[in-house]
Amino acid sequence: MKPIALDRLWLALLAATAVTWLLGEAGWVDAAHAWPVLLVFGLALAKGLIIALDFLELRHAPAVWRRFIVGWLVVTLGAILTLHFAA
Amino acid sequence: MWLVIGMEMMTFGLLFVAFALARSREPALFARGQATLDLHTGAFNTALLLTGSWCVARGVHALRAGRVAAGARWTWAGAACGLVFIGTKSVEYAGKFATGVGLSTDTFHTFYFLLTGFHFLHVAAAVVILAAIAWLAPRRGWGAHDAHAPETAAAFWHMVDLLWVVLFPLVYVLRG
Repeated sequence: MKPIALDRLWLALLAATAVTWLLGEAGWVDAAHAWPVLLVFGLALAKGLIIALDFLELRHAPAVWRRFIVGWLVVTLGAILTLHFAA
Repeated sequence: MWLVIGMEMMTFGLLFVAFALARSREPALFARGQATLDLHTGAFNTALLLTGSWCVARGVHALRAGRVAAGARWTWAGAACGLVFIGTKSVEYAGKFATGVGLSTDTFHTFYFLLTGFHFLHVAAAVVILAAIAWLAPRRGWGAHDAHAPETAAAFWHMVDLLWVVLFPLVYVLRG
């Protein structure tokens, strides 16, 4: 991946973090608000995918490791959300 | 290294889910505990680790292209991000200890210190590894033909960042 692409991804990661921070500051990421919770964890998934596929370059790696890391992200975040909404 | 990364991620994954389960069972206790955490510090630390990942990725790219000096600088920058994270986390812990809370205070704090403390140790290890790579870069002649060591070090760092990407919203942001 070209450096400029890495730079843009970094800025996108910071922007996603800023959105999470703002929603948290507003007190919206709790049991009373579903969509902010889904958005925050959707952003966490997106950030994780960028780190895994682009920074860690799993996009070009053997499928087994790409599937493991992506699967770990999906299962872990999914379990967290399931427990949150089931509570 | 991939086996290490795999085991670490499985361990942290279980801890993350255990935290979420414990919170669902004691929402009031976890709400009180999380209310004592500083979201700004958590967000700042997230930005630090993400910036570290960017630096590390740029460093590997430079080393592969044979730009040794640039590769070393980027890798040193990644290590510096980790070092600042360690400093910030240490201040956060000091504040906690000063109020008298610790690992055995209650369920929330047990999980908080286990999760973040375990992660803290991984960041420290990653900083040492990155510093070693940055120091060795001018001495080892890494390039397109051989960038295995920098790539392996980068993989460990990115794992540490990946774990925090889940930890931050789970512990600092999401409320029951």
